[in-house]
Amino acid sequence: MEISILSITLKTLLQVLQAFLVLAVAPLLTGWVRMVKARMLGRTAPSLFQPWRDIFRLLRKETIVAPSASRLFTMAPTIIFVTTWIAASLVPTVMVKLPLAPVADIIALIGLLGLSRFFLVLAGLDIGTSFGGLGASREAFISSLAEPAMMLVIFALATLAGSTDLPTIATYMAGSGGMRLSLLFAFIAFLMVAVAENARIPVDNPTTHLELTMVHEAMILEYSGHHLALIELAAALKLLLYIGLAACLFLPWGMALPGQAFPYGFAAWGAKLLLGGAALAALETGRAKMRVFRVPEFLGGALLLAFIGLLLAGV
Amino acid sequence: MHLFAILFLVFLLATISVAALVPKWQRAIAPFSLATSATVFFWMIAFLIKDAAPQEISFPLGIPSIGMHFGLDGLSAFFLMILGLSGTVVSIYALSYFPHEKEPGRILPFFPAFIGAMMLVPLARDAFTFLLAWEAMSILSWALVMAHHKEHGTQHAGYVYLLMASFGTFCLIGAFALLTAASGGLSFSAMQGAKLSFGTASAVLVLALAGAGSKAGIVPLHVWLPLAHPAAPSPVSALMSGVMTKVAIYGFLRIAFGLLGASIWQWGALVLVIGAITAVLGVLQAMLQNDLKKLLAYSTVENVGLIFVGIGLSMTFHASGMEMAATLAMTAALLHAFNHSLFKSLLFLGAGRVLAATGTRDLDKLGGLMRGMPLTAWTFLIGAMAISALPPLNGFVSEWLLLQSLLMGPALPQALMKILLPITIVSVALAAALAAATFIKAFGITFLGRARSPEAAAAKEFKSPETTAMFLLAGLCILIGIIPQAVLSLISPAVSHMTGATIQHFAVSNLLFLVPKAAGSVSYSGIILLLLLGLGGVAAFALLRILASNKTRISPIWDCGTPDNDTLAQYTAGSFAQPIRRGIAAPLFDVREMVDMPPPSDMGTAHFHLHMQDLIWNRMYAPISPFILGLADRLNKMQHRPTRHYLMFMFTTLIILLAGIVLWK
Repeated sequence: MEISILSITLKTLLQVLQAFLVLAVAPLLTGWVRMVKARMLGRTAPSLFQPWRDIFRLLRKETIVAPSASRLFTMAPTIIFVTTWIAASLVPTVMVKLPLAPVADIIALIGLLGLSRFFLVLAGLDIGTSFGGLGASREAFISSLAEPAMMLVIFALATLAGSTDLPTIATYMAGSGGMRLSLLFAFIAFLMVAVAENARIPVDNPTTHLELTMVHEAMILEYSGHHLALIELAAALKLLLYIGLAACLFLPWGMALPGQAFPYGFAAWGAKLLLGGAALAALETGRAKMRVFRVPEFLGGALLLAFIGLLLAGV
Repeated sequence: MHLFAILFLVFLLATISVAALVPKWQRAIAPFSLATSATVFFWMIAFLIKDAAPQEISFPLGIPSIGMHFGLDGLSAFFLMILGLSGTVVSIYALSYFPHEKEPGRILPFFPAFIGAMMLVPLARDAFTFLLAWEAMSILSWALVMAHHKEHGTQHAGYVYLLMASFGTFCLIGAFALLTAASGGLSFSAMQGAKLSFGTASAVLVLALAGAGSKAGIVPLHVWLPLAHPAAPSPVSALMSGVMTKVAIYGFLRIAFGLLGASIWQWGALVLVIGAITAVLGVLQAMLQNDLKKLLAYSTVENVGLIFVGIGLSMTFHASGMEMAATLAMTAALLHAFNHSLFKSLLFLGAGRVLAATGTRDLDKLGGLMRGMPLTAWTFLIGAMAISALPPLNGFVSEWLLLQSLLMGPALPQALMKILLPITIVSVALAAALAAATFIKAFGITFLGRARSPEAAAAKEFKSPETTAMFLLAGLCILIGIIPQAVLSLISPAVSHMTGATIQHFAVSNLLFLVPKAAGSVSYSGIILLLLLGLGGVAAFALLRILASNKTRISPIWDCGTPDNDTLAQYTAGSFAQPIRRGIAAPLFDVREMVDMPPPSDMGTAHFHLHMQDLIWNRMYAPISPFILGLADRLNKMQHRPTRHYLMFMFTTLIILLAGIVLWK
């Protein structure tokens, strides 16, 4: 390892670039999903940049805070945004090994998302409305099933690759990993968890404000202005993170390995995001949202698939 | 003469209670236990850093010709360090807490003695001394549980605790009796060399697991814990949940590793399974509680389960010859034990302040305390995040290490472990996720929202030693989260004592990164993560300054246009837990919800009944209880006899014992 000032500066620059790259792309991905969805439903699609416009509109507006709000309510959006942002910047995108990869393995990454959710749910409880409590309670329920399933997926991968280190897994999968039955099970389980974690149909609906169906939206009902902008941005980053994670863990082809140039990686990453977003839109168009108490069955299914994946992985 | 001086201190602590009899001296109790605990803490740190040689000392006390043996080694020193630290912090809290107690005479004499008795357990080096200290610890903590004896439920809690403590000691006596019979001596050094058959050794292990485990709170012997821990005054709850459970874990480690050598992998599998069951059931119970302190007590059960998962894993690795993995798992277990002593003490101390300010620990009467009690709220929040295993706090580090050691399981040769491991992984992950939900509930319902009672609305707090103690603990939770290497170097002498591996095998490459070498190329850095979060925060703040309008207006709640001003319309502890109660806990707790809704157009009130039962209590304990009470009634007749009857009893017993010995030979 060379510890010259030049290489450190270069690495820092690379990591900062990655952070702002994911920040810039995340709302575009959300816009892309909405665009494909609108096309599928036969509507005229909004612009790809509509989410960014929404965020800037929210930033310009004044922020309204309820009288019963505590300091936590005003601090939570920043915490939620920053933790999700950092987590998203630590997921390899165009190349396998990011300079800061040793800081957090995939378990730490899931932990960071847990930190973000912790504050989101608390913010839901803060104002003291029944909607906020409803969303918070459901989110806590869903995540307590989704997290174990996610952990099993991680263990299935780590058992094969021998480590929970992201570059190690990606390198393994790009090389000797390839097609395995255990990976198929783990992949399906991962996708199911990702759908639940991102508050997407059929688990939750990001566009509804109907009391019986809200989970994520119910928690953030009282937020407005720049608070809401931060939370929307965090949600977009989280979607990007999960699609990026799927690309990195299960489909790492095209990513630049250490020493390789990465323009090729850029194209691969973009293509995977477009494909992932389109697949999500297709899923959301094709399926109806399920009742909240059907969610344990859905996530129980994910848990079971991940468990089978882990058993097949040779534990 | 380290050991002698420490023993002197501990004995002083145990006997200072006499001072409490003089009202004038009562104020000196807390400062004294503070000073003594702090001395022990720093001393142990020095001992562990130097990795000093074990010491032993014996006194011609106790049983003639055998004497009392004391000793100090890495394992003892590590647990004494935990005891010293918690003793110090809780004593700081007690400085301003005890003067508010209505009957200080019921607490003060027992408080330092309890700490002293706990410290004696790791120092004991023979069965007699060990059991003596163990019993002193049990009885003194029982006396502290009974401090508020007039409160509802306390007497029941004390009764159950006394019974279960007797059961635990009974099991430990059995374990030591088997060991003594095989080795011919009461001292630990004699027992270490004993040759035991597989059956005897396994019996000793199971008895030790039941005896020490019942004190630690493993399922199904945990039933007393959620009754007794909350009933005690809050600083004592902190000590009982934070450290007494750790002394129990020490007891198990001393017997399983120190005396038996943990040489059989099936033992590890047993401990692993019990740990996993304990973790999941404990956290599910915690989720369903409406009483803040009870919730914390059940969460202790969960954490003890996680620690036992680590211990069981370490035993399995150790017996299979995988020393590096065994070291990693044991390190995870011990680090979690240390971390748990920090955040559980912090949370109980916070609950104590809530209880003192509002007079209630019923979550449904709290709410909105963040406004009146911001210091308590923020420190409690740190504790809640730490216990939920969120980065970059200390709970995450120990859970991360535990998961990393679980990842090394596939290399184990046993077929049974290939099935047990995935199940354990699910249990640990489920417990961690449910713990986060539980502590969102504990913090959110208590400190956020709107006040659900006038007492909660009026709650106020002042800066006092109590807040200092909580800030200390919260600071340690963060500090150990970002540089766990500091504590890992203290754990290494304790672990090397058990698994025989030295620090180079698993440790820590530098101050920035945590690299468990046993687990391959993986690493974690809490300090850089915190730094990144800070930088991200600065970036977000700057961007908001430039881009956002930053105009803020206070305006009534929106709530989709239908705000309800009644604070009772908020989610309660019970309604927050409802999805988990229905979706996950229903089969385990026989949950039934009955809604009694009047027909349409009838304006009568609707009713909701929730039926829930603790199946372990009802199926396991309830059937035995009449039998035990009946037996006690019968034995009662043997009391209050004339002296000649007692002489007769003694005479008969002697003859029976002698006859037994003759027949045995």
